[in-house]
Amino acid sequence: MSDLFYKTAAELSDLLLKGEISSRELTQAVIERTQAIEPKVNAFLSYDEEDALMQATISDERIARGESRGPLEGIPVGLKDIIAVNGEQLSCASKILEKFNSPYDATSAINLKNAGAVLWGRLNMDEFAMGSSTENSAYKVTSNPWDLERIPGGSSGGSAASVAAGEAILAIGSDTGGSIRQPASLCGVVGLKPTYGLISRYGLVAYASSLDQIGPFARSVEDVAILLQALASHDRLDSTSIKTEIPDYRATLEQADRPWKLGVPSEYFSDGLDKEVGAAIENAIKFFESNGCEIVNVSLPHTDLAVPVYYIIATAEASSNLARYDGIRYSHRSDRAVDSIDLYFKSRAEGFGEEVKRRIILGTYVLSSGYYDAYYLRAQKVRTLIRQDFMKSFEKVDALLTPTSPTVAFKIGERSEDPLAMYLSDIYTISVNLAGLPGISVPCGFNSDKMPIGLQIIGKPYCEADILAMAHKFERSHDFYKEHPKL
Amino acid sequence: MEYEAVIGLEVHVQLNTESKMFTRVAYNYAAPPNSLTNPVVMGLPGTLPVMNKGAIEKTIIVGLIFNCEIAEISKWDRKNYFYPDMPKNYQISQYDQPLCIGGEVEIELPGPSRNIMGKHRKVQLTRIHLEEDTGKSTHHALDSTLDFNRSGAPLIEIVSEPDMHSAEEAFAYLTAVRTNLMYVDISDCDMEKGQMRCDVNISVREVGATELGAKVELKNLNTISGVRNGIEFEIERQIKALGNNEKIVQETRLWNAERGLTASMRSKEEAHDYRYFPDPDLMPVKIEKETIERLRSHLSEIPFDKQRRFLEEYDLPFTVTSVICPDKSLSDFFEAAVALYNKPIPIANLIANDLLRELSAAGIEGTLPLSECKIGPQHIAGLARMVDDGMISKQVAQDVFIEIFSTGEAPEKVVEEKGLKQSSNTVELEEMCREIIDKNPKPVEEFKAGKENAINALKGQVMKATRGKANPKIVDEILRKLMAE
Repeated sequence: MSDLFYKTAAELSDLLLKGEISSRELTQAVIERTQAIEPKVNAFLSYDEEDALMQATISDERIARGESRGPLEGIPVGLKDIIAVNGEQLSCASKILEKFNSPYDATSAINLKNAGAVLWGRLNMDEFAMGSSTENSAYKVTSNPWDLERIPGGSSGGSAASVAAGEAILAIGSDTGGSIRQPASLCGVVGLKPTYGLISRYGLVAYASSLDQIGPFARSVEDVAILLQALASHDRLDSTSIKTEIPDYRATLEQADRPWKLGVPSEYFSDGLDKEVGAAIENAIKFFESNGCEIVNVSLPHTDLAVPVYYIIATAEASSNLARYDGIRYSHRSDRAVDSIDLYFKSRAEGFGEEVKRRIILGTYVLSSGYYDAYYLRAQKVRTLIRQDFMKSFEKVDALLTPTSPTVAFKIGERSEDPLAMYLSDIYTISVNLAGLPGISVPCGFNSDKMPIGLQIIGKPYCEADILAMAHKFERSHDFYKEHPKL
Repeated sequence: MEYEAVIGLEVHVQLNTESKMFTRVAYNYAAPPNSLTNPVVMGLPGTLPVMNKGAIEKTIIVGLIFNCEIAEISKWDRKNYFYPDMPKNYQISQYDQPLCIGGEVEIELPGPSRNIMGKHRKVQLTRIHLEEDTGKSTHHALDSTLDFNRSGAPLIEIVSEPDMHSAEEAFAYLTAVRTNLMYVDISDCDMEKGQMRCDVNISVREVGATELGAKVELKNLNTISGVRNGIEFEIERQIKALGNNEKIVQETRLWNAERGLTASMRSKEEAHDYRYFPDPDLMPVKIEKETIERLRSHLSEIPFDKQRRFLEEYDLPFTVTSVICPDKSLSDFFEAAVALYNKPIPIANLIANDLLRELSAAGIEGTLPLSECKIGPQHIAGLARMVDDGMISKQVAQDVFIEIFSTGEAPEKVVEEKGLKQSSNTVELEEMCREIIDKNPKPVEEFKAGKENAINALKGQVMKATRGKANPKIVDEILRKLMAE
């Protein structure tokens, strides 16, 4: 069977259950695809073919015994190298964790194993999830499969690129300010950031704890629903995990569909928005309008404060979260230190990259005595206002339609010397994290360079089923999802 | 010029919960190094804390016995600083919303003598908060080793107001805190094992001055006597310095017990900026009224209240109450024995003298815990009753006590089997006394000549002959009667 690696998990699961293919065959196809194109894409930090085939064999045995664990049984799922898997590397694309193997499983990894998935490889990312292009990886630069000279987005660039290129059927990443949705948009795949608290953060290496969420990548909305189903669970090991009824996301893709009221926030269509991206979003809005949905103009007046608020809160939390990498226990230890204080300085200086250092310094500063009230406390207050903006508009509408990213993927190196320009890549995604809301990016077209464009749909808290249904309807009415990059 | 010291204490106490503060690993002092860890304790990337409800309830109990206000909402903050024995390089603590606010600790200052109750007063508390303990660093000649067993153990910090003025008061405060906490069984408060630690803030000012002097924080006070000696030294040092017109600098000083002095550790300028902020991994704690009432309903009387009651209700001597009352198991033991045989004073004496002596002698490391000893309140009650009934003498009672302490046998049985019953058979005794009188003309002579004491020699002889079984009062009567004949 040709091109197994470009089929969806839903299709593959059918084939597996019918016995038309085996997980071993599928996994072999994904491995061969990866071996063939990885030199161009560089989505993975590492992968272990033997281990993946062994997992596939066990899946095949379960299927043969009639004990399939569900639609993920035997499906290769890539993991961003920030989610702990027992016995595997957990580097966060940082030199400071170069030799670290996790001795425990993240709750998400356990959930994937329990769903029968084949855990496949460690995906590249911006170091500690800090970045929007995956250029901040200490190890390699991942290319956008649609144009190898462009970035895949970030920080989950490896996850997005691997799925777009057929090096994984599905992948998981993490999203602190847009790190799932933005690379999904730039690589032409579907990516979802769930409501804060829906997926356990236990085993997700913390960047900014109050913003971080794990989420799925796939080439179809249905696949995203399938993967979300496996990941969403209440977890006693995460105090911010929410106890909530979890719907059947796949079943509700069609059932939940209705004439929605959809909001369009004027602030998301301002100067910085690329014309071609803007036009694609306008078309998407028109699609919903012509399909019985009511389009309502709404306002999110504090939008322009989202980026500064984010860079105060996220860096403050990061400065504390990353303090544990000190050269004492498991992280990189400098061999040039002359005393114990020097050990901290040198180990951290050698181990962390530029962007991580920049954020630790900023975060340390905003928490310093005398500055706390002016920065951190103030930012928290504005964060509340930003959330209120959303909640107010959700009194009128079911969801919001916006661009995911103001531009298509930019060229590698184009913004790496200009952190502020880089920070603006996340201008449409950051507020969603600050408000703790679910957001999905679904492909909605290409620009004239054949670079993918993503539509972001932002939902009410815990209304993943709604935005999945909207995205699904949009996807199935267009052909974007059928297109793959030429590699 | 006259000076006074102003002293505040920060007392850290480890709670004896089943598991650590934010993860399910047990803590105990004696475990081999680094055997009580898991990914959360080691602060591995990706791990998260989960609150220990038991530790929160124990902290509320402490708040209740010290009359604190219990917060409706309390929250967790990160205290950020780098130290090798702190795996995350931040400590989860409580900054501006502690579990317990205000409160007071009743203390007793030393009385004029051991037999007289000292003055009581209340030391005001600022707050009590809950946090996680750090690991332990041990420094060797060439390197240092780290043990993370203690890391993450629940620790409360009891902060007093600058409300004490002498080392004696601080000592009394620390003793009272310790007694109260042991009473409610939230900690063994063993300073040697680090279950209780104490930092002291001291300043000195002219008597009558309203403003506080520069504050010196004193650390490394590892024993209760260390606290007393360290404070005494520091007060004297500061007064001497002021007397020499030197300025006291705000700083942290370490007590050196071997050399008996304090030395500067760091100045105010070198103090940490802990960059406190709310821990985003933990939700604030809401404390329900019902929880507080449930915990309050299980509280027992505090030690000083018990002592006042024992003095009044049982009419016990002060010295005895000051031995029995600070120990909950001992005072419970006492009341159980009194319930069986209502003679509080002899029972209290048996406990304060015989029982404590034997417990102390039987302990391999310190005193044998009451829970491990073989005798119960019924033994003490039985023994007291036999003495009272004249069945055995006090002297025999002591021997019987030693016997039952080691065997756990009923005292009645021992007396019966060993034939220790006191003889009150006057015919037999008279015969024996007559014999003794005949054999000892010299003391008889002396007694008759008016030397009252001479009768003791005769009494001793009778007791010896009866192997202590004779009732001394009766022997006395018979001897006098016979010699008067």
